[in-house]
Amino acid sequence: MTMHTLSVLVENKPGVLARVSGLFSRRGFNIDSLAVGETENPDVSRITIVVNAESSPLEQVTKQLNKLVNVLKIVELDPQVSVARELLLVKVRADRNARGQVLETVNLFRARVVDVAPDTLTIEATGTPDKLDALLRDLEPFGIKEMVQSGTVAIGRGSRSITAGPALRAA
Amino acid sequence: MTRPTPETLANSARRARAAAEPARDAEPAARAATTPTVPGVRTPAPAQVSGAGSLVRSLEALGVDVVFGIPGGAILPAYDPLYDSTVRHILVRHEQGAGHAATGYAQATGRVGVCIATSGPGATNLVTPIADAYMDSVPMVAITGQVARPSIGTDAFQEADIQGITLPITKHNFLVQNADEIPRVLAEAFHLASTGRPGPVLVDIPKDVLQAPTTFAWPPTLDLPGYRPTLHPHGKQIREAARLMAVARRPVLYVGGGVLKAGATEGLRKLAELTGIPVVTTLMALGAFPDSHPQHLGMPGMHGTVAAVYGFQKADLIVALGARFDDRVTGRLDSFAPDATVVHADIDPAEIGKNRHADVPIVGDAKHVIDELIGAVTTEQAGGHRPDLADWWTQLDDLRKRYPLGYEEPADGTLSPQYVIKRLGEIAGPDAIYVAGVGQHQMWASQFISYEKPYTWLNSGGLGTMGYAVPAAMGAKVGKPDTVVWGIDGDGCFQMTNQELATCALEGIPVKIAVINNGNLGMVRQWQTLFYGERYSNTDLGTHKHRIPDFVKLAEALGCIGLRCETAEDVDKTIEAAMAINDAPVVIDFVVGKDAMVWPMVAAGTSNDEIMFARGVRPAFDEDDI
Repeated sequence: MTMHTLSVLVENKPGVLARVSGLFSRRGFNIDSLAVGETENPDVSRITIVVNAESSPLEQVTKQLNKLVNVLKIVELDPQVSVARELLLVKVRADRNARGQVLETVNLFRARVVDVAPDTLTIEATGTPDKLDALLRDLEPFGIKEMVQSGTVAIGRGSRSITAGPALRAA
Repeated sequence: MTRPTPETLANSARRARAAAEPARDAEPAARAATTPTVPGVRTPAPAQVSGAGSLVRSLEALGVDVVFGIPGGAILPAYDPLYDSTVRHILVRHEQGAGHAATGYAQATGRVGVCIATSGPGATNLVTPIADAYMDSVPMVAITGQVARPSIGTDAFQEADIQGITLPITKHNFLVQNADEIPRVLAEAFHLASTGRPGPVLVDIPKDVLQAPTTFAWPPTLDLPGYRPTLHPHGKQIREAARLMAVARRPVLYVGGGVLKAGATEGLRKLAELTGIPVVTTLMALGAFPDSHPQHLGMPGMHGTVAAVYGFQKADLIVALGARFDDRVTGRLDSFAPDATVVHADIDPAEIGKNRHADVPIVGDAKHVIDELIGAVTTEQAGGHRPDLADWWTQLDDLRKRYPLGYEEPADGTLSPQYVIKRLGEIAGPDAIYVAGVGQHQMWASQFISYEKPYTWLNSGGLGTMGYAVPAAMGAKVGKPDTVVWGIDGDGCFQMTNQELATCALEGIPVKIAVINNGNLGMVRQWQTLFYGERYSNTDLGTHKHRIPDFVKLAEALGCIGLRCETAEDVDKTIEAAMAINDAPVVIDFVVGKDAMVWPMVAAGTSNDEIMFARGVRPAFDEDDI
């Protein structure tokens, strides 16, 4: 099984996310990550779905997604020619003794401290899932009190845009 | 044999009908004086109305002549303008009946069937017929009332999230948030239901939206940027399909319900005769190609003919037209048609390659696909490419001769259900519409009635909904009032939805229902006989042993004429008696033996190669045998 990243452009209407996510579970697919937000066109939302599947069942689920009336366009992003990022917020135990080492790790990963408490630091990091995994591995020994991660968002490299096209202008 | 006619009821129903009809006819004339109308789709002037008024005007503008429904709290505002409308409302006894009636109407006429229910239980009672219509791609619009917007999400009285519930079983659904949207949403719902791959669309309208003042303006502008069904196939794929058809030695045309939906039956016949290729029609496609046509091998699948099943297994080319390689057709998928190259044409791209890899995928409407295939095949033939199918036909003809559809008379002297159904088809003829429930009687009706014309066979294929027949027959009869409509039902099915016969009696819908009463859930019993060591757990319905219910008395209580037939010599005259009654619904209780079984059979989960011609009789398929 391989990870596939789908960019799904949908009409920005109530209930569309439920239609899309419901279809995955109904057809027996596990969504690895999902992120949704508006695009440059406020009538269009973009859902980025990372799914672990063989390519032939994935083709079936893509066709099923295309049948949803509110779905405008689906593009599978090739990891070779796209940029994918996740956001991580993590609260790490960092008392006076450990703080220096934690900050060193933060700097190594080009992460940022966004909140400070006497015994913890809250760190923000963006990057590929691999990079964030590595950061977490390095922070683990200090003690992770709480963490939250966004789904992957991804965009193709180069000047071409997937949001251009007649269907989307109509939307 | 003949029971007393409930004349009083039939007559009063007739009188009511006669009284109602001039009023219905007068209505469009009155409206026409103020608003210009065009046939089919009317274009009335803008008007200040309530949301409910806008809903009813939209239905009128869409050319809807009949809706099936039951009023209730949340949908009540809609029933007020409906009272004065040109749209005929048929008051059913259960919302499931409204849904199946809409389906029967749609399948018989090709027009969109419409059903209406209130919120909560009214809406959830529509779930089964909506799922049924979804599986069989039937154009249907279901309109439901919803609790008022401020109450949504509060577990209000009769609140159910019907939009959420029907998400997986509708082509699309709407929750209307603003009365101004009603005409557009209705127009979109009808467009979605009837175009592309047809299917059910649900429109949920909160009560306060129905009550809100709005302007009704027609026609609205559709806003469906993500909906673009592909009708015209790709020319290259068509040429490739024609090339394969020109060189195949053992080809089969695999015809599904999509051919009927697309109105492509004329073209199909031309294509079949042009190429000489054998044709199989699935359960959903019976009538798309005449059963009596020499090129017709019959129905494939679990209870298909030996020739059709064998045709697939030995085919070197399968050309699937509007069919979906359903498990009941393919049997065990990994051994289905092992040598066949597959050309798969369907309007729904998601069907192509879903179950079986398609070597030549063609996305398009069956009518366009077939018409373009005819052109491409003609070109191939002009170039001298015409396959020799003589050997193939010799093999198939031999199988047809050795393994025809048939049945044995029951050893216990009881009436044979197959005989009843066969005679029914012969007496009512190819112009009648036959509507079956689900089970043994459905399979026998598919096997022993000769379907010569399209849209004369209605049944619940995909979902297998017991209880489909009576309400669907009602809907078909409403859509085709001048056609004889026979429901063929089992005693199990009949007990699920027979209450709609009261609707038929009161509304003047003279359907005819043949109850093939074997006293049991027959198909389940057949499986218990074959696979559960004849342990008949909970399949005896008592309709024989105790005659509960007495279907003749039940029919009469429901305002129908009830007849009973228990012997072979009475079969013809009972059917003829029913055929002679045209002013009231008729029910015949055919008391038949319980041990008859449906053959041939490919047991669930086994390979088509293991088809059984009869119990313990396996056709010889070996190469040297044929």
